[in-house]
Amino acid sequence: MIRFVLTIVAFLAAVPALAEIKIKEVTSPGGITAWLVEEHSIPFVALELQWRGGTTLDPEGKTGVTNLMMGLLEEGSGELDSRAFAREVEELAASFSYRGYRDAVTVSARFLTENRDASVSLLRKSIIEPSFPDEAIERVRGQVLSIIRSDLSDPSEIASQSFNRLAFGDHPYANPTNGYEDTVAALTRDDIVAAHQAVMAKDNLFVGVVGDITEAELGAMLDDLLGDLPETSAPPPTRAEVAFEGGTTVVEFDTPQSVAIFGHEGLKRDDPDFFAAYLLNQILGGSGFDSRLMTEVREKRGLTYGVYSFLVPMDHAELYMGQVSSANDRVAEAIEVIRVEWARMAENGLTDEELAKAKSYLTGAYPLRFDGNGAIASILVGMQAEGLPLDYVATRNDKVNAVTLDDVNRVARELLRPEKLHFVVVGKPEGV
Amino acid sequence: MKRYLVFLAWLAATALPVRAAEQVTSFTLDNGMDVVVIEDHRAPVVTHMVWYRAGSADETPGVSGVAHFLEHLLFKGTDTLKPGEFSERVAANGGTDNAFTSNDFTGYFQRVANDRLEQMMAMEADRMVNLRLSEADILTERDVIIEERNQRTENSPGALMREQMNAALYMNHPYSVPIIGWRHEMERLTLPDALAYYQEFYAPNNAILVVAGDVWPDEVKALADKYYGVIPANPDLPERVRTTEPRHLAERRLIMRDARVAQPYVTRSYLAQERDPGAQREAAALTLLAEVLGGGVTSVLSEKLQFERQILVYSGAFYRGVSLDRTSFDLTVVPVPGVSLQEAEDAMDQVITEFLETGVDEGQLARIKTQMRASEIYARDSVDGMANRYGRALSSGLTIEDVMAWPDIVQSITSDEVMAAARTVFDRNKSVTGWLMSDTEVSK
Repeated sequence: MIRFVLTIVAFLAAVPALAEIKIKEVTSPGGITAWLVEEHSIPFVALELQWRGGTTLDPEGKTGVTNLMMGLLEEGSGELDSRAFAREVEELAASFSYRGYRDAVTVSARFLTENRDASVSLLRKSIIEPSFPDEAIERVRGQVLSIIRSDLSDPSEIASQSFNRLAFGDHPYANPTNGYEDTVAALTRDDIVAAHQAVMAKDNLFVGVVGDITEAELGAMLDDLLGDLPETSAPPPTRAEVAFEGGTTVVEFDTPQSVAIFGHEGLKRDDPDFFAAYLLNQILGGSGFDSRLMTEVREKRGLTYGVYSFLVPMDHAELYMGQVSSANDRVAEAIEVIRVEWARMAENGLTDEELAKAKSYLTGAYPLRFDGNGAIASILVGMQAEGLPLDYVATRNDKVNAVTLDDVNRVARELLRPEKLHFVVVGKPEGV
Repeated sequence: MKRYLVFLAWLAATALPVRAAEQVTSFTLDNGMDVVVIEDHRAPVVTHMVWYRAGSADETPGVSGVAHFLEHLLFKGTDTLKPGEFSERVAANGGTDNAFTSNDFTGYFQRVANDRLEQMMAMEADRMVNLRLSEADILTERDVIIEERNQRTENSPGALMREQMNAALYMNHPYSVPIIGWRHEMERLTLPDALAYYQEFYAPNNAILVVAGDVWPDEVKALADKYYGVIPANPDLPERVRTTEPRHLAERRLIMRDARVAQPYVTRSYLAQERDPGAQREAAALTLLAEVLGGGVTSVLSEKLQFERQILVYSGAFYRGVSLDRTSFDLTVVPVPGVSLQEAEDAMDQVITEFLETGVDEGQLARIKTQMRASEIYARDSVDGMANRYGRALSSGLTIEDVMAWPDIVQSITSDEVMAAARTVFDRNKSVTGWLMSDTEVSK
């Protein structure tokens, strides 16, 4: 053991410097701001667009409309129908993807330097001038309904949806992003057009760009691509109250292995204690094989293939959650072990050695996230959405290292609420 | 709407071609261990991987799952590392590590800052030959792999059907056995079973080292010589000869009913030619064929059945050419409500029949080739992706030269070759058709 501790000290002193990532803030002549990392070694650009709002902006009774709208952006614009649009994307060898999440919608694009102008012009058509043709609405609606039906046979998906309903009651967070069969079936073209105008505007937009493009080129591109967006988006929803108390809810589903999702209230991303909580979670149930939950549930008892806990700071609520899967006749024991570990951590906190280990991992792993233009573009957008400064990348590890054992253990006492921990178990669990 | 989540796992298994640019260097150590270095100096990060030319299809009959079981056990300690210490040390270095098992290979990797490469090599070389296991380790870990099977397979009707289909597609070849193992055999796996596999296959002359990222070939060579080069080759390494398929004379049809199924579908697998060293043209033609028939909204199946007749919510074609032995060419169709599986299957077959008569649209083929050429540029953005392609190919019987030649071969394939490959592969006698449906559904 002595050797192990000494080794860690040596590692802490030797955490590598982050590759120099020069983030520039670029504002277009038309007033659109983007964060840019120039990287000219490969002749393409990765572009990430994120609009705050997401499926929480679905109006009452129109659940699923934002998701369906996002699925329709590439299905026609002006004279181009779905297939003509797809053929143009193929000819340019570009790639565009459109996604709807609870708190945001995103468009991720990559295109070759040689086809940049034509690719941006095509992407613009899908973002600014989607035509939402009736034929495409029916076809994509059918696909979404099929996905909704498929999710009904996936225990993890059932668990996640059940958990959200319990946690959030009447708030839009309670709804699945794809919507429900009946609400999606009833959506009209007008609903879809309204959803497009509600979520894709200038005042809720964040832009990240990485690759073979200069500041001047980017400025012009931003105005071409995004200049015609409406100025303002729909107002965000109200804050969500996390509704449930401690306990266990069983959702009967005839499948051999139970899936359990658990959680209670968490903390905000901009909470001064966020890094302390992040370090705490790394030891309790974070990534890797040596968290306390993995050690107790998997390594010592063989009760699961994987058990994790994670902080979920959203825009309008915060959760601290976890997930485990275990055979129906063993899941009760897995849950019991997790409850014991949750309580033990709340009561006793971490050791000095564990804190050093967590810091060493989190600070060392941070530079590994910056692997590729697409990944960096997503990070740039995430930083802006979280309100972080341009120099955050250079200071982030210092913030992690500044956390003391007293900080973490105070946060453990405040954040971890064993009596509030609620488990949703999907399967045929025995003894739960 | 390109994404269709249910089928993502299959899509992920489809190999993309990659241009081997100047940044790839390869050499062989004196003991026979192959080394591939892929340079990418954009960030001070390195991925270190060791691939063994041994997967589930190399197992002895009766111990299915032992290749994957051993993969788990490699984290259980050596003469110098306690159980779990391997991953602890990687994490203490700020790195991540994991491993994977397939039909034809088993791989281990760590992703770390580039100045930690030496320590990763020292530990990986150690567990190549110095594994120390106790009976207690293996019993707990056997429970873990059974839970892994529960999670991946038993809880998913689609995964269960895929297993049944593979078992029917391969009548004599070990690809019929699931990588994770049949449950009744997994439950009886023993320490001697795992050690027998380890001693037979884990040796430098059966391994490929792939180091990718901010490293220089000379530096990798010096470290590899120091840590892997000193391990003696296994002189008794068996040749990779497997049982082969007899003539396939009858198409096989499966109907699987499962109460959990909410979205029924039809899927068909044809036995198909794989990429072989020096002979990749037919596989390249099949790669293009899969794109032509089922690669997205402009593909033939989508065009005819999703757009024109509007009887499917989804269609797709999949082909994975990197495989030591015969692989499969797969078609999947998901009908809209009110259309039966029989109607969906008949429509799919009608499209195939018409396609064999009318041939490939040259414009479509040209667009697909353009995308594939561009994918070589995009691929350079992911050094891990490059590392995987080399490791996968080299452990599946291909050479570096084959990997490097592949993009040009794909570009050179003619429409006649695509059609010739289509006529060969679409032989119903060499196929399995599966219907996945709920237990209350009537099969018309």
